[in-house]
Amino acid sequence: MRADLAVIGAGPAGLAATLAAAAQGVRVTLIDSAAEAGGQFYRRPAAALRARRPQALHHQWRTWERLRDGLGTHVESGPVRHLTDHHVWLVERRSTGFTVHALLGPEQRDPAEVRADAVLLATGGYEKVLPFPGWTLPGVIAAGGAQAMLKGGLAVSGRTAVVAGTGPLLLPVAAGLAAAGVEVAALVDSADPLAFVRRSRALVAEPGKVVEGAGYAGRLLRHRVRTLARHTVVEAHGTERLEAVTVAALDRDGRVRPGSGRRIPCDTLAVGHGMLPHTDLAETLGCRLDGLTVHVDDEQRTDVPGVWAAGETTGIGGSALSLAEGHIAGRSAAARLHGTEPDPRAWAAAAKARTRLRAFFAALDTVYAPPAHWTELVTDDTVVCRCEEVTGGTIRAAVAELGARDARTVKLLTRAGMGWCQGRVCGPAVAGLAGCAFTPSRRPFARPVPLGVLARAGEADGD
Amino acid sequence: MRLTGDVVVVGAGMVGAACALYVARSGLDVIVVDRGPVAGGTTGAGEGNLLVSDKEPGPELDLALLSVRLWAELAEEFGESVEYEAKGGLVVASNPDGLTGLQRLADGQRTAGVVARPVTGDALYDLEPHLAPGLAGAMHYPQDSQVMPALAAAHLLRASGARLLTGRTVTAVARTPEGAVRGVRTDRGDIHAPSVVNATGTWGGELATLAGTHLPVLPRRGFVLVTEPLPRLIRHKVYAADYVADVASDSAALQTSPVVEGTSAGPVLIGASRERVGFDRSFSLPVVRELAAGATRLFPALADVRALRSYVGFRPYLPDHLPAIGPDPRVPGLLHACGHEGAGIGLATGTGHLIAQALTGKTPELSLTPFSPDRFPEPEEVA
Ligand SMILES: Cc1cc2nc3c(=O)[nH]c(=O)nc-3n(C[C@H](O)[C@H](O)[C@H](O)COP(=O)(O)OP(=O)(O)OC[C@H]3O[C@@H](n4cnc5c(N)ncnc54)[C@H](O)[C@@H]3O)c2cc1C
Ligand SMILES: Cc1cc2nc3c(=O)[nH]c(=O)nc-3n(C[C@H](O)[C@H](O)[C@H](O)COP(=O)(O)OP(=O)(O)OC[C@H]3O[C@@H](n4cnc5c(N)ncnc54)[C@H](O)[C@@H]3O)c2cc1C
Repeated sequence: MRADLAVIGAGPAGLAATLAAAAQGVRVTLIDSAAEAGGQFYRRPAAALRARRPQALHHQWRTWERLRDGLGTHVESGPVRHLTDHHVWLVERRSTGFTVHALLGPEQRDPAEVRADAVLLATGGYEKVLPFPGWTLPGVIAAGGAQAMLKGGLAVSGRTAVVAGTGPLLLPVAAGLAAAGVEVAALVDSADPLAFVRRSRALVAEPGKVVEGAGYAGRLLRHRVRTLARHTVVEAHGTERLEAVTVAALDRDGRVRPGSGRRIPCDTLAVGHGMLPHTDLAETLGCRLDGLTVHVDDEQRTDVPGVWAAGETTGIGGSALSLAEGHIAGRSAAARLHGTEPDPRAWAAAAKARTRLRAFFAALDTVYAPPAHWTELVTDDTVVCRCEEVTGGTIRAAVAELGARDARTVKLLTRAGMGWCQGRVCGPAVAGLAGCAFTPSRRPFARPVPLGVLARAGEADGD
Repeated sequence: MRLTGDVVVVGAGMVGAACALYVARSGLDVIVVDRGPVAGGTTGAGEGNLLVSDKEPGPELDLALLSVRLWAELAEEFGESVEYEAKGGLVVASNPDGLTGLQRLADGQRTAGVVARPVTGDALYDLEPHLAPGLAGAMHYPQDSQVMPALAAAHLLRASGARLLTGRTVTAVARTPEGAVRGVRTDRGDIHAPSVVNATGTWGGELATLAGTHLPVLPRRGFVLVTEPLPRLIRHKVYAADYVADVASDSAALQTSPVVEGTSAGPVLIGASRERVGFDRSFSLPVVRELAAGATRLFPALADVRALRSYVGFRPYLPDHLPAIGPDPRVPGLLHACGHEGAGIGLATGTGHLIAQALTGKTPELSLTPFSPDRFPEPEEVA
């Protein structure tokens, strides 16, 4: 089966792109590893749980309903095919278009291939978590994981949680946990949200976001959640599993203030330090990256002909930005697949929103940052790379004694980042400990692929 | 601060590290410079097979035999830190013709000092239980061994006691009015020494040019596949008989008969392809697919094992597939130790030893004539 356009990722960006392109008569195949559409934002409570008011956990519920219904209509009438449970491990560029290589279902053993004239990457991002003593204890989870748990499972009552790290996602996570009946003992952010309010220009430009933030803050107040700004978790305690955390205040330079530590009992620590874009598929295709994100032009085209990118793979910026970018990418791809020059006036509103939201998130980025000296909290016996069980001490020794100056050499000398997750989790931490900037490492396969599948990949039709 | 030493080694890869170790141990004061980190070049992008089995009788095999002996000595000193394993190689033939070819090669290798034992029938599956059924036979090479290249380079460098300057690019080779070397210029200051060793691997030609001379080193690309960690499934370095032909080939076209080996860390390495496409890093599914196909043909059980990643490196090769080792008669004080193609890890110890002998005026243990840096014709002057 051949498509005009293969869209990878069915989050806000991929959905908006699919609908925009399909509306112009393009045959789209929408591919996602999840069982349902929605991405990180619209991850719906599993239908089986029959949550009574799923919209209580979802703002912009109406936008989601519109996307969902639009997808349903296009799938029913034919131009859109939606492939769920398809884990894409490689997008291959061939002389006659592209082949999307996927593995099926949770087992990821059997292959599926989709051919298309053009590809739109909307693979979103994943959460960054920096290590600290005790972070590998059961009960310590990624903040996004907590959100997914809420949206997907709802089985959280009776728990006591601390939400910690930095970034705008901590607010909705804490509010969501509180609303679901979890006692949120504290919201700990190494940044100072007040500093954020001072970015008045970006704020005025983005009233919707202020209202959203205020909404969360209001909910937190209602649930009497204590917010500790300019604080950080210095250690998670427990033997079998998490029992408490120690949090401490940060000084102006981002160092822990001596004597400021206090212990907070909890059974759940939801921790996150921002988001990182998924760029593996783009990089293997040869797309240029700007630092950590896929480079795109005003039409959301990458520098590889026939490849578009939209949403958080091109920069972290929330669901509204992903929607705008997805819409533009879908329109542009449709026009170019039809052999016409697109008219940017067709997406003027989306372009305006994109400009505004990018400015807003650029401002956010300057505020939300991990403590400047977070590496000092990583003790020599803290495990940094969980897959290969490499400690902070081993990494420091590779730097101090063996001549490693960058994350790649640390990896070669210590195996940090060589395991199952290929450094997706520990990459930023290893770079920090090596004292160098974090750059994405080359991962030709977005998912581990069985050698038997690889040995036959793309053979079906030679061109 | 004025940086002065007896010898500057340019390149902190495996070859530079081995040169630093042997030269420093012969009593000279060594400074190692690299524009990147330790093992940031091909050393960090290849595998660590120390092979005698894949070499035809001749100067390269002699160097390989010297090198495996020196590696075994170093292994006693460095122990597990460089992940040395004397696991032996197994070259398998799928048909009787291939087996005859293997036997002919082994006969020649034995006269040079290689240990090669024919293996047939059930004995083959005793050595490698997961090999595909129905193979005609194999040759077992107990001298073949392996190290983890990046660790080996880092530990040899540290043990050498040489001053290591990373993150410094050599921009010129300084010479006296008479033309003799007196050190190197870097982007962060000059380093003075009467001898400079060119251990810049694939970039050896560029360094030669900086020194006002000529060495035609070119890249030969190789992909390696890495699997998820496994309990030990594969015991030797196993490869098919056609591999030897691929290694010696002059063709620019793709060759992919893979060497399959387990590592002490768990993952199985499958490598490596050979093709001459310049410094093109882009991923090639057809190449990697061939590697996977070759490996699963040898070991059908690998079909269900997952590849976690692949990586790419550029072997430094010279037109006659032999490295350049020793003093450059055209530039007094300049020595070369580069161009080891797909065997630079294995041949590093012998190379370092020969360079140390040359620098201290000893008679080298092997004749340097076949490796002489000025054996290639000068390029035509471009007007
Ligand atoms: C905890 C949390 C709370 C948030 N709260 C808010 C909020 O209140 N307001 C707000 O605006 N934003 C919020 N966000 C951000 C919002 O979720 C994202 O901005 C938005 O989902 C990004 O949309 P996207 O389409 O770019 O990517 P995503 O939603 O991440 O979608 C990407 C999709 O691609 C799929 N995919 C990725 N790789 C592959 C592959 N190799 N093969 C197949 N499929 C693949 C994924 O399964 C996923 O479905 C929150 C995010 C998190 C994590
Ligand atoms: C896929 C693949 C598989 C391989 N498998 C094996 C194997 O199993 N066994 C084996 O023996 N060999 C193998 N090889 C070959 C082996 O990796 C190389 O021969 C060896 O690494 C070369 O080492 P080197 O020290 O000469 O070069 P490199 O490791 O490349 O080191 C050269 C150094 O010089 C530095 N440099 C260059 N120019 C400058 C400058 N101007 N200033 C400062 N520094 C400079 C570079 O930064 C680099 O660090 C393989 C190679 C590949 C690509």
